[in-house]
Amino acid sequence: MDSPDTDWADVRLHVVTGKGGTGKTTVAAALALALASGGRKVLLVEVEGRQGIAQIFDLPPLPYEERKVAVAPSGGDVYALAIDPEEAMLEYMEMFYGMRRAGRALTKMGVVDFATTVAPGFRDVLVTGKTTEAVRRRGRNGRRVYDAVVLDAPPTGRITRFLNVTKEVAGLAKVGPIKNHSDLVSGVVKSPETAVHFVTVLEEMPVQETLDGIDELRAAGLPAGGIFINMVRESLLPQAALDSAVKGRLDVGELTLGLKAAGVIDGAQATSMAEALAEEIAEHARRTELENTERESLAEADLTTYELPLLADGVDLAGLYELAESMRTQGAA
Amino acid sequence: MKKPAVLDIDAILDDRGTRIIVCCGAGGVGKTTTAAALGLRAAERGRCAVVLTVDPARRLAQSMGLTELDNTPRLVSSPDGGGQLYAMMLDMKRTFDEIIEAHADPERARQILSNPFYQSLSSSFSGTQEYMAMEKLGQLRRSDEWDLIIVDTPPSRSALDFLDAPERLGRFLDGRFIRLLTAPAKAGGRSAFRLLNAGFGLMAGAMTKLLGAQVIKDLQTFVSALDAVFGGFRQRAEATYRLLQAPGTAFLVVAAPERDALREASYFVERLAEERMPLAGLVVNRVHTSPASALSAARSAAAAEDLESRGEHELTAAVLRLHAGRMQLAARESREQEHFVSAHPTVPVVQVRAMSEDVHDLAGLRRIGDLLAAA
Repeated sequence: MDSPDTDWADVRLHVVTGKGGTGKTTVAAALALALASGGRKVLLVEVEGRQGIAQIFDLPPLPYEERKVAVAPSGGDVYALAIDPEEAMLEYMEMFYGMRRAGRALTKMGVVDFATTVAPGFRDVLVTGKTTEAVRRRGRNGRRVYDAVVLDAPPTGRITRFLNVTKEVAGLAKVGPIKNHSDLVSGVVKSPETAVHFVTVLEEMPVQETLDGIDELRAAGLPAGGIFINMVRESLLPQAALDSAVKGRLDVGELTLGLKAAGVIDGAQATSMAEALAEEIAEHARRTELENTERESLAEADLTTYELPLLADGVDLAGLYELAESMRTQGAA
Repeated sequence: MKKPAVLDIDAILDDRGTRIIVCCGAGGVGKTTTAAALGLRAAERGRCAVVLTVDPARRLAQSMGLTELDNTPRLVSSPDGGGQLYAMMLDMKRTFDEIIEAHADPERARQILSNPFYQSLSSSFSGTQEYMAMEKLGQLRRSDEWDLIIVDTPPSRSALDFLDAPERLGRFLDGRFIRLLTAPAKAGGRSAFRLLNAGFGLMAGAMTKLLGAQVIKDLQTFVSALDAVFGGFRQRAEATYRLLQAPGTAFLVVAAPERDALREASYFVERLAEERMPLAGLVVNRVHTSPASALSAARSAAAAEDLESRGEHELTAAVLRLHAGRMQLAARESREQEHFVSAHPTVPVVQVRAMSEDVHDLAGLRRIGDLLAAA
């Protein structure tokens, strides 16, 4: 299939990170749907043992197995995989050394538990290793099995460490299989085939963390992708009205007349309702102003940004498709 | 729906018997802010409080006007009335180093501190932060310099890691693998795997193949060097765990009125009960309310549509649309909270309404404290 004309047409591994509470998993899932639409095959991967993908697609907990979780608009499939480091290790040992039994023994001995406790770098190599394997995997026809892989990655504060496996493992293993494995992972992660996307909301702390995260990522030579600004509220008021609302000068008289004209309320109560609404709008206007400041801060990162609407009814399956559609319209997929 | 009991924050803060407050919950729900606001309020009500935060975003520092928090409590405020507020941010590597230095002889300490596995363990995020938070909490409590310690738990993968830390540490130390690795040191430095039977031999081969011989050697050095030090640490972690179960501790589960955060809160409430940890209640941050709540979402939207179709009163129509959205959001948030309340009807709850601005200073923290106690 030809590459579609989108912002990340050459990217095969989309790493999605974000501060807690910004909707990272939702955005990753919607991105997978968006990338799959039009008959493509996309794998959505989660690594933190939360079963967030299962929850979002309203499915029972996912096993360590790639299975189809959704059909994209106009054809296309989203597969999902919840990576368990222990299972990944067993698979790795079998695949590269044909040592399934020894692997089981290691698990029983608590070696994996031990290794991930004493050196989380090992854990990260195992899960990024499995992810990049899916990116590189080819079918019998020699073509890649997945057109794209979307990784619901650890949060912003940990992302560079997580992806920078070679550096994390270097101190522990200078030579040997782990080192070779991490070099392989690194080859994919640092290539133009990978993009690390940041999810944020227009609030001060998440924006600051996003900017810090991007700096850190760049310093490590890892490829920054786009910024997904999530939960953006529609601003329905013209700028002039927002300006006067901020100053507490929204035209309450006009609002009162409007309420009466709409038959919402009448008489003396209309004025007090109008005043209450004006108070609410003043707060809305202040927040909109702050959001614009945060938008400007994000612009400093000089990355493509996408805005995703706040779903008034929360994130359900229909909402996911809505977000995916919005991503497609904006060229993210 | 039955209304939940109201969480009385001031009663908790004013009770001199309350010595530890633990704020826990999902990431991004405002735990740190809640902890800091509680600390300030406690100090202003005469307590000598210290807030221990583990958050690498240094948010607490910002809101308390400190440029940097380090591993020792710093005085933030001494309000009239004799109370004091201290704050500190956990430096997990330094806390870990200090434990090693305090409990190992200089030569052994040097060996440990320079081992690559130690460096990985002591500066990584997963697990270590929780162990060290527990350790620091125990230290602060033993020092008895503060009569109230407020802990902001780490933003971990699972909100439960904090509770699991001592047990995981125990499992880690008691694991057969650790004993295996430490065996040669105890047996006079013989090869790690000589003592092993055939099953172990298979494993040893796998280990060496997988990790490489040098890694195994580093691991062994590390584990045997740590062995002595860890024993004491584990005892202290267990003591801290018991401290958390004691009546002087109050757990506050913090959430936002969203499905995921409340699901995590539910999970936490159940887990605390299982562990016999004293739960004080649930704080729901960022709740959206409206000063015009008499006008429902449906009526507001219908009125907006009416005005729009007539092409009149554009401003009012837009305001009504915004209001409808706000009310819809508020309705969803209260539905999410109702789920929690029906599952946990006895848990006291307090709500803090969403603010348009982030907290930047003590005045902001004070406002949050007022909201926490206003219910």
